[in-house]
Amino acid sequence: MIWLINLLGLALMLAIVWWFWIAKPATTQRQGDTVDILVDDGVYTPSRIETPVNQPITLRFLRKDASPCAEQVIFSDFDISAELPVDDYKAITLTPQEKGEYDFTCQMQMYRGTLIVI
Amino acid sequence: MTAATRLSISGMSCAGCVASVEQALQAVPGVEQAEVNFAEHTATVEGDVSADKLVEAVKQAGYDAAEMKGQNAEADKEAAEMAHYRRLLRKTAVAAVLGVPLVIGDMGGFLPALDTSLGQPIWLFLGLLTLGVMIYAGGHFFTGAWKAFRVHNANMDTLIALGTGAAWVYSVVVVLFPDTVPSLARHAYFEAAVVIIALVNLGGALEMRARGKTSEAIRRLIGLQPKTARVVREGKEQDVPIDEVGLGETLRIRPGERIPVDGDIIDGHSSVDESMLTGEPLPVTKQVGDEVVAGTINVSGSFLFQSKRIGADTVLAQIIEMVRRAQGSKPAIGRLVDKVAGVFVPAVLLVAVATFLIWFNLGGEVLLSHAIVATVTVLIIACPCALGLATPISIMVGVGKAAEYGILIRNGEALQQAGKLEAIVLDKTGTVTVGRPSVTHLVPAADYSEEQVLQLAASLEQGSEHPLAHAIVEAAKQREITLSDVQRFEAITGQGVSAELDGDVCYLGNVRLMQSQGIDIGELQDRAQQLAGQAETPMYLARGQQLVGIVAVADPIKDDSAAAVRRLQQLGLKVIMLTGDNTATAQAVARQVGIDEVIAEVQPQDKNRHIEQLQQRGEVVAMVGDGINDAPALAQADVGFAIGSGTDVAIESADVTLMRGSLHGVADAIAISHATLRNIKQNLFGAFVYNSLGIPIAAGILYPIMGLMLNPMIAGAAMAMSSVTVVSNANRLRWFKSGAQS
Repeated sequence: MIWLINLLGLALMLAIVWWFWIAKPATTQRQGDTVDILVDDGVYTPSRIETPVNQPITLRFLRKDASPCAEQVIFSDFDISAELPVDDYKAITLTPQEKGEYDFTCQMQMYRGTLIVI
Repeated sequence: MTAATRLSISGMSCAGCVASVEQALQAVPGVEQAEVNFAEHTATVEGDVSADKLVEAVKQAGYDAAEMKGQNAEADKEAAEMAHYRRLLRKTAVAAVLGVPLVIGDMGGFLPALDTSLGQPIWLFLGLLTLGVMIYAGGHFFTGAWKAFRVHNANMDTLIALGTGAAWVYSVVVVLFPDTVPSLARHAYFEAAVVIIALVNLGGALEMRARGKTSEAIRRLIGLQPKTARVVREGKEQDVPIDEVGLGETLRIRPGERIPVDGDIIDGHSSVDESMLTGEPLPVTKQVGDEVVAGTINVSGSFLFQSKRIGADTVLAQIIEMVRRAQGSKPAIGRLVDKVAGVFVPAVLLVAVATFLIWFNLGGEVLLSHAIVATVTVLIIACPCALGLATPISIMVGVGKAAEYGILIRNGEALQQAGKLEAIVLDKTGTVTVGRPSVTHLVPAADYSEEQVLQLAASLEQGSEHPLAHAIVEAAKQREITLSDVQRFEAITGQGVSAELDGDVCYLGNVRLMQSQGIDIGELQDRAQQLAGQAETPMYLARGQQLVGIVAVADPIKDDSAAAVRRLQQLGLKVIMLTGDNTATAQAVARQVGIDEVIAEVQPQDKNRHIEQLQQRGEVVAMVGDGINDAPALAQADVGFAIGSGTDVAIESADVTLMRGSLHGVADAIAISHATLRNIKQNLFGAFVYNSLGIPIAAGILYPIMGLMLNPMIAGAAMAMSSVTVVSNANRLRWFKSGAQS
């Protein structure tokens, strides 16, 4: 019994490492120039968006969560931050000029998304 | 999303224009319908398209346009936040109504034992009641945790959901299957689950209240915008909502009223209080042709003005946008924390599992309840929010506070750099001095009169844009001197000007100009040096090879420059003056304001080189200049301060833009930067110490030494208060006071 619980515990730790740090969630391909992102319940949906390099992309954030956690979206690599209105769209247009993964987050880093530039 | 966008169009004069604008709008991808109302000079566009693209299309068609947007967004936001705040309080109350009696019952021994025939159904009922309360008051934690989990993310919700969920599941197992749990570990933690949810909701509500104060500066700026405007249409004055005001409309402003949009006065005159935007206390006189901007207050007279910037294009709207952008940016000091915060929650999950295993293996079955308590407490006490908030919340308050003093900070990085400055370079004209020079002395050479000197000098300078030239021409106008036409005017950078008059080449400029032309200035050299020693700028005037005289111009030193320089020195900065003016004049000005180091006679294009030289000495250097002439030096400096005047600000030109002309703004900006950085460090220290002490204590590190296990409810309270503490500490920055008064 003790061994079983220890094994389960270690397996759980490995699962945490794998799920949160190694495995990546599904990626959303952009359709057209604009991607709508829902801001609610602590997550951006979709949270991983793929876009080609050197092409402008407009991300339209629709904030449903009225808590201050969701108030701002920050693209620190692009030096962009915006305040999100509640129940309304806020569009951010940017043109990534280098391939790579760029995070966008709320002020507290709890809402997290990634722009994957290919 | 299909939405209607309203635009104000100006420049349309006929039905043909209407068709052109409509075509231009229809051609924008995403536009479904575009209708132009010629009478109102407005366009209504339907479709999935941004207003910016529509405005751009109209401008490309040769007209001007601006979005007519309501000012209700902030009110909507506040209403939504207030509703959320009330919801949190309601959830807190519901959870507390069950949690508090449970705590009292449990601690006071009023509840029956778990393994009795009476106890089991009662505890089962309490468990179900707890579940109902958890779903109502804490359901959002579980939803958030699940949604985050699905996208491989973990956040605050994850910790709360796992902590309270684990406490509830363990308690249900104890109630339903008591025999599977060692007798000493048979304890239910329903009260802990609901009390934690009550405390976390209460913490969220308190944090919301505290955070509301952090955006006070923005709210105050938004509040400057009136809701209505009095427009003159077809000869009649009528009050209309602000979002109905279009471009090119005539508006009436009466005494005491706030100006609703930007425009130029077309009739009447007044004095306008611009202090809310610039921090400048004295009202500014305005007359026909002068610009007035939204948010400022008309003090005395009544006037008519024509709107030229509306909605998001007004200076006020741009200032609000810039402050918002800066408030959301992070300095380098926050970047490392972001990395830590990004991996913090999964790391806490690992610590929680490890805590359980260690307790389970070391304590055995007897201490199983300690393993459960410690695991739940680790999950609950960890607070990534305090870490994540530490930097941005201070930046938000610091940048907002600066805006109240008419200081626009471009981003968090500029704020951080301003706190590290060692040397500050001040441009002289317009920065230390008023920037409006006037002629103070005319010294004729033998055979010439004062009038002849002024007539010749003004004739030479009438084609020049230089402020000194303006002063000379102005002096000639005041004496009603008729100027002569000159040919072949040439400005010689850093030396002066030359032009031809009646076949003679004439020169007006400094010693270097005279020397380069081989003109003997010996006759007036002593007098020139004497004038320079009095902080005046002497310029030699020559016709052909003959010296005609000296025109001395002085630019008065601003009243508060000396006090501001003293403040900068008290802040530990080395203050240097950089100017194109001659050495003697520059030194005289520097002496009067208390500056020791002067770099004079610098060509405008060389200013940035001097900044670079200072940087090569290892100093972190700021440059203060007017933002236009000094742009390369401002860009070269580690922090560029563009000093403006009134609301005519070059917003994009520098790291820090000062809307008022006083050098005190520089000292205030640096002092705010010091205060903000200190605040960030306190927050980061607090958040790191809290988590790095709280988590081991929660894991039970003190148990072997002191026999102390932390109660998960205390952990819940500590976690809730840690975020509130960070926000409250940042709020202290709101009490910053300018040293200018002292």
